[in-house]
Amino acid sequence: MATPAIAGGGRPVSHGRRFLLLWLAACVVVTPLVAIFLGSAIPPGNGSEQATSQVFDNTLMLALLTPATLLVVVFLVYVLVSFRSRTTEVVDGPPIRGDSRIQVSWIAITSATVLFLAGFGTYELVQSGAGGGQGPDPAFQPPGHAKALDVQVIAQQWEFTYRYPAYGGVEVPHLVLPANTLVRLDVTSLDAIHSFWAFELGVKADANPGVDNVAYVTTKGPLTFDIHCAELCGLWHGYMFDTGQVVDSATFAGWIKKQRAYFAPVLKYLPPYAESYLPDPAKRAG
Amino acid sequence: MSAAAVEIRPPVWRRLFGFNALTAVLLGVGGWYLGWFIGHQVTGPSIDYFGDIDQNDISIFLGYFLGVGGFLIGLGFGVYPWARLRGYPPSLREKETEGVGRYFGLCTDHKVVGIQYLCGIGLFFFIGGLNAMLIRAELLSPTNHIFPPGQYLTLVGMHGTMMMGMMTSGILGPFANYFVPLMIGARRMAFPRIESLTFWLLMAAGAILTTTIFFGGFPTGWTGYEPLNDQANGGMDAYIVFFALVGISMCLLGLNMIATIVTMRAPGLTWSRLPIFCWGVVATSILNLLAAPVLIAVLAMAMLDRTAQTVFFNASGGGSPYLYQNLFWVFGHPEVYILALPGFAIVLELLPVFARKPLWGYRLAVAGLLGVTLLSFLVWQHHLFVSGINADLRPFYMLSTELISIPTGFTFICGLMTLWRGQIRFTVPMLFCLAWFFNFLIGGLSGVFLSDVPSDVTTHGSFFSMAHFHYTIMGGLVFTFFAAIYYWIPKMTGFQLNELLGKIHFWVMFLAFNSTFAPLFAVGFLGQPRRVVSYPAHLHFLNEWVSVSAFVLGASMLVFLYNFVYSLLFARIPAPANPWGSLSLEWQLPSPVPVHDFDRLPVISGEPYAYGEQGGPPIAAPAPAPAGGMS
Amino acid sequence: MRGPAGKLVGVAAGVAIAGVLIGFYISGYLVGNTTPFRPAAQGSASSPTVHLTLQTVAAVGPTLAPHPDWVSYLVRDDGGHWRRSTIFTLPANAVVHVTLYNFDGASGLRNPLLGRPTGLVGQELVDGKPLAVMPPDEPSHTFAVPALGVLVPIAPVADDAKNACGYAPCALSMAHRTVTFTFRTGKPGHYRWQCFVPCAAGFLYGFGGPMQTVGYMDGFLDVV
Repeated sequence: MATPAIAGGGRPVSHGRRFLLLWLAACVVVTPLVAIFLGSAIPPGNGSEQATSQVFDNTLMLALLTPATLLVVVFLVYVLVSFRSRTTEVVDGPPIRGDSRIQVSWIAITSATVLFLAGFGTYELVQSGAGGGQGPDPAFQPPGHAKALDVQVIAQQWEFTYRYPAYGGVEVPHLVLPANTLVRLDVTSLDAIHSFWAFELGVKADANPGVDNVAYVTTKGPLTFDIHCAELCGLWHGYMFDTGQVVDSATFAGWIKKQRAYFAPVLKYLPPYAESYLPDPAKRAG
Repeated sequence: MSAAAVEIRPPVWRRLFGFNALTAVLLGVGGWYLGWFIGHQVTGPSIDYFGDIDQNDISIFLGYFLGVGGFLIGLGFGVYPWARLRGYPPSLREKETEGVGRYFGLCTDHKVVGIQYLCGIGLFFFIGGLNAMLIRAELLSPTNHIFPPGQYLTLVGMHGTMMMGMMTSGILGPFANYFVPLMIGARRMAFPRIESLTFWLLMAAGAILTTTIFFGGFPTGWTGYEPLNDQANGGMDAYIVFFALVGISMCLLGLNMIATIVTMRAPGLTWSRLPIFCWGVVATSILNLLAAPVLIAVLAMAMLDRTAQTVFFNASGGGSPYLYQNLFWVFGHPEVYILALPGFAIVLELLPVFARKPLWGYRLAVAGLLGVTLLSFLVWQHHLFVSGINADLRPFYMLSTELISIPTGFTFICGLMTLWRGQIRFTVPMLFCLAWFFNFLIGGLSGVFLSDVPSDVTTHGSFFSMAHFHYTIMGGLVFTFFAAIYYWIPKMTGFQLNELLGKIHFWVMFLAFNSTFAPLFAVGFLGQPRRVVSYPAHLHFLNEWVSVSAFVLGASMLVFLYNFVYSLLFARIPAPANPWGSLSLEWQLPSPVPVHDFDRLPVISGEPYAYGEQGGPPIAAPAPAPAGGMS
Repeated sequence: MRGPAGKLVGVAAGVAIAGVLIGFYISGYLVGNTTPFRPAAQGSASSPTVHLTLQTVAAVGPTLAPHPDWVSYLVRDDGGHWRRSTIFTLPANAVVHVTLYNFDGASGLRNPLLGRPTGLVGQELVDGKPLAVMPPDEPSHTFAVPALGVLVPIAPVADDAKNACGYAPCALSMAHRTVTFTFRTGKPGHYRWQCFVPCAAGFLYGFGGPMQTVGYMDGFLDVV
């Protein structure tokens, strides 16, 4: 690619070198701009450990993919400016059919980048589960998971309810979590497929009927977070949202006590706490 | 035609009798009523809950199936098999020399099928696009709603389903059918009647899908997830039948393409001289052939769940919704490569013509196409990362999905290096191909985000994922679809499309497209899920911006339509036989291509990318005429 | 006519036909839009009071809906007629008193939690008696506005009741239960309300058909 060619004025022009310099310059200019303008807004924010790990992942990928994008964009612009046809009649270009050095370097660089990303993603995943639903048999569990606070998220058409087995199996319609706690969310559904997405907490786990989908989240400080359903579940999918809260332990203790008192009359009617509840009526009602 | 014969054509009304589209529609409607009636006789007291729900799914399904049967019989697809059963000798030609009527029936001329596909897919593309405009109109405001929420979900589902079903054959249908025989030096496809069948099945499917609203629409989006699928109104049946017919059409189309390219290449056309477009067709056809049957199977199970009360996907009965998700995506992932690969093929085919250089890295490009084909069967669970699949599988699928960007990268390097040191001419087809690089780059790199599991937890099911696939599918396939139209219309019709209008279409479309979908990455990152009709107030401005850009994008399509109709119907400026100066075999034929394609079948002596090589061998010479016969 | 003029007429006719078809297509999706109902408001403008009288029926009947066997909510308009409308326009910061007559039998809750009323001013009264919690086999329907935290289970008509209502509208002389409750609307907004009981007989898990169609068991509160 660094073969010089004689251009109009007789000076040798190394297009390859020029392009690489332009690309490096673009990287140097654009990457800090991206860092400044997008750096603080990388989703989903720092509401939990898992969210922070997602932010780190997203940031790293943005950092890697910005130069890759610039490579192709600068190349395109360079090529379209330098090599446009300047004659009205159709003139052919040089019959270059390939260059094994470039092919090999391209394959090597893309493979290395891709393998690095796959390895890095696996590493982030293994750390803490990254907030994603892992099914009934989670493989990536944060340290101390045996003592996590269990909260069951029950998705139904079209509302989420939450059950706290550690507090008498009380079921409530709004989610409140204590701060600085490792929480194990057991997400299940009573009918169709939903998806529990707590945005600022960085948790997303599909709710499948008859299945316990486990996701871990380690809460940090007090926070108000949005909960949306992220899997089309019927008419009110777009309205299946709620607001959850992370509060300090004392507030949480007071809240759960009030909820247990208010929902005490219905406790005897709730089924015993189980990992999942099969949809019922099983077939067609009526 | 001998000059002595005088042809007396029957009057128009008499010509309407016979096996053609009109008869097909009449028999199709008749078949619908017959199926509906049979369905009601069958169900009666045995499936009495149909009385509670005021819909009879068995009637609807039988109506659709017998309607399609009547439609195909009306077109004449039963004539040849019936004749052969009675011992008539094989024959190849149906309707090939009738005038305009050829386009409205079963015609075995591959060029007619190509043009039928172009118009038919174009029609349904515009219907899908209309749905998109209605969706964006609804999303202009989070609180003022135009459509009731159930109908909105049907609109969303219709848009996705119509586009996915129709555009899978968007390039293979019109352009592969028309040009693959011409590029390989054949006069027909391997199975001309099956070729026509794939087209008419698609048309029947499209008509059936538009009837969904009469039965209440469907709430599942294009993916049709169970068990919501089972719960849905009768409109869901239209979705199931649509995709089943599309699946059959895709499978047969793939079969036909592979058979043609493998067996009917002209002498001298070795695999290393095959145009890269044909390689792309082969790769796509392998996916078509292998993935479509899975779709048909899963839809058959869904149909049984809805009618015979089986429990394939009902957890209480012992089935599993995971079964649906997995089977669907085993089809669904190759499906998106079926959409993407023809785009790669078109770009790599057109760039040498407009950069006036050989295709750089031909073998690497072929390896890229085939690598994508192979890997696309190994990645489908990346749609299911957070759904509760076995967590140990996720690193494997993350790896396989990341790996697929390597062969995709081959296409990029081959295309970009083809441009290097070229003599680039900015014709309208070239502009669309160049836009492909930018669009697919953004689409592909956003796919890297989605393939990374922790990042997927942020973005799965949000507008980020929606922006990703619109960049790859619309930015990749639809742009190259237009590139192919502008490139090949002179050959197909003999007339030129207006260049200025083409450039206006391109620029408005490119800018509006990016203005529509780039902000959607941000919308997804800010937490808006897909398929919702209500969103938080702070996302209102972004959604408004996107909706207005989408309307401009829709308007650019009207520019194209105007150009198409005006240039081909009114201006009718004859195009030279080879306006782009391409060395490819199809351009050595006159425009429009005569009915019999080649006067004499060629013998291939070189590959079609020998730009810049003075005195190189010509791509082909007509086969030497055998003594005393026709070749 | 032949020639360019003929083609122009042909193209113009094509465009006109396409326009008409597009119009039909779009209107096909707008059909089924329920007309909103605005109950009369009393009291001052800053703290209005509204009375809403509703009816839930087992089969809505052919005069009121294209699906005669679907369950549905009905609302009584100012003239005393029962209409099928589930979009209620209510004033902001209002106190809404609802009287609901249920003519349908029990279907039972999928999630027993929803037998405990929430979000009300005072208590829910069933046939005049306050209700703390309804056993999960009993509810016939619910009236729930999740965004406002309102949830009201509706008591059923006994399965063997005499004089049960067939097709709606149902007269008060037929077997029914009366449920009254009061809630507050807050800030202006567009709030959806729904039934949470799997009462759509014949649909999988009882949640298809009328349970997924605005105008039957789902609707909006347009708080203005």
